[in-house]
Amino acid sequence: MSAGGWEGVATNGSPEQGEGGEEQGGRTALLSELVSHLRDKRTQLREQWARRIGDAHLLSAMTEQEIFTEATSVYDNYVGVLETGSVQELQQYARDLSERIIPRGVETHEVVGIVLLLRDVLARSLFEKYRDDFELLDRVLDAYEPAANRIANTVAVSFVEERERVIRQQQDSLRELSTPVLQVRERLLILPIIGVLDTQRAQQLTDQLLRGIRTHRAKVVVIDITGVPDVDETVADHLVRTVDASRLMGAGVIITGLSSEIAQTLVAIGADLGKMNTVGDLQGGIEEAERTLGFTVTRTADAGH
Amino acid sequence: MPDTDQHLAQEPLRVSILAQGGTLIASIHTALDDSQLVRFQRDLMDQIGRRRARGVIVDVAALDVIDSFATHTLRSLGAAARLRGARTVVVGIRPSVALAMVTWGLTLEPVHTALDLEEGIALLEAALDHA
Repeated sequence: MSAGGWEGVATNGSPEQGEGGEEQGGRTALLSELVSHLRDKRTQLREQWARRIGDAHLLSAMTEQEIFTEATSVYDNYVGVLETGSVQELQQYARDLSERIIPRGVETHEVVGIVLLLRDVLARSLFEKYRDDFELLDRVLDAYEPAANRIANTVAVSFVEERERVIRQQQDSLRELSTPVLQVRERLLILPIIGVLDTQRAQQLTDQLLRGIRTHRAKVVVIDITGVPDVDETVADHLVRTVDASRLMGAGVIITGLSSEIAQTLVAIGADLGKMNTVGDLQGGIEEAERTLGFTVTRTADAGH
Repeated sequence: MPDTDQHLAQEPLRVSILAQGGTLIASIHTALDDSQLVRFQRDLMDQIGRRRARGVIVDVAALDVIDSFATHTLRSLGAAARLRGARTVVVGIRPSVALAMVTWGLTLEPVHTALDLEEGIALLEAALDHA
C-alpha cells in the first residue's frame, strides 16, 4: 500500500477512469477547501481541542503548556495529512511523541482519546460551516472521514508499536542482566541466580550456562541460589536439569546457597536432589571447585600488614 | 580402513573410527538413522576386540539431534564396551542438544561425557591411570 492510500483507489479501476477521476478530482478539491478552512480556524479549533482534552482529564501526566505544544504539532500534522494524503510524516511524529510520553506514563487510551477528540472537534467545525448545504456537507464528510480515521489509526498503531518496542527492549535487557555467567578461575564458572526461577528463565539460563561452558571450557560450575526467593519442587526440578545438561557437556555442578529453611522444605516435599553436589555457601562451593580443579589458595605471610 | 568397514565405505563416509594408541576415536559426521546406528555399534564393538582398545571416544559434535534411540545406543555401547574392558566417553555434545536431551529426560549415564576430544582423552587417561 502506497503512502497516498485513498488516492490510489480511484486510479485502479480503469473502465471507470473518467467517472472515478472526476469524483477523485472533486474529492481532492473538497479536501483542499477543507484544509484551508482548518488552517484559517487553527487558533480557535486548537484551543477548543485543548479545552476538551482538559475536560476529559486526558494526558494528566503532562502540564498544560506541554499539552498545548504537542496539540499544536498534532494539529498541524493532522491538517498536513489531510492535505498531502501521506501519513509518513505523521507516523514519524507519532513515534517520536510516543517515545517522549511513554516514560511519563501516558496510556494508550489517552493517546487514542485525544486524536478522536480532535477528529470530533474538526468534524463539528465542518458541520457548522456547511450545515446550510446538506448535500455538500455529505460530500465533505465523505472526503474527511476516511482520512480522519486513517490518521487515528496511524497514531494509535504507532503508539502501540513504540510501547511494544520499549517492552521488548526492557525484557531483553532484563534477561541479559539476570544471568551473568562469570569465570573466577581457569575452567571454573560461577552463576549467581537472583530472582524467581520460572520455566522460561530456567531454560534460558541453562542455555546461557551451556554456552558459557563451551566458551570458557569450564570443568566445574558453581550455581549460587541465595537470591532465589522460593525454592520449591519446580525450581529443584529445573536445577536437576541444568546439572544434567552441564554434565552432558562434561562439566560438574556445585549448588550453593541453600538456606536451612529451603533445605528443610526440599526434604519435606521429597525433592530428589540426591544427584546434586551441594555446599553451604558460595565460598565453600568455590573452595570445593578449586580442590576438584587442583588449585590451592594460600595466604602469603606478609599479607594483612 | 579395515575391510569390515566396507559397507560403511560404500556410501558417503558417515562415521570414521581411528585408532590412537589404546584408544579408539569414533567420529560421527552426519545424522545416522536407527539401522546405521546399530551398524555403527556393531563395527565399533568389533574394532574394540580387534585393536584391544582400553578406551573409546565417540565424538558427536556434528549431530544436532540426539534422540532416544541414539541415547539408548550410546548407553548400551558404553555398557558393552565396559564388558570388553574399554571405557567410553561421549564428547562434543552441543549446548542445544544437551538442553533438548534433559528436556526429554534422556541421559547417557553411566557413560561419561566430556566437552571435546581433548577433554575426552584427558578423562580417559585419568581413568586408566586410576585403574
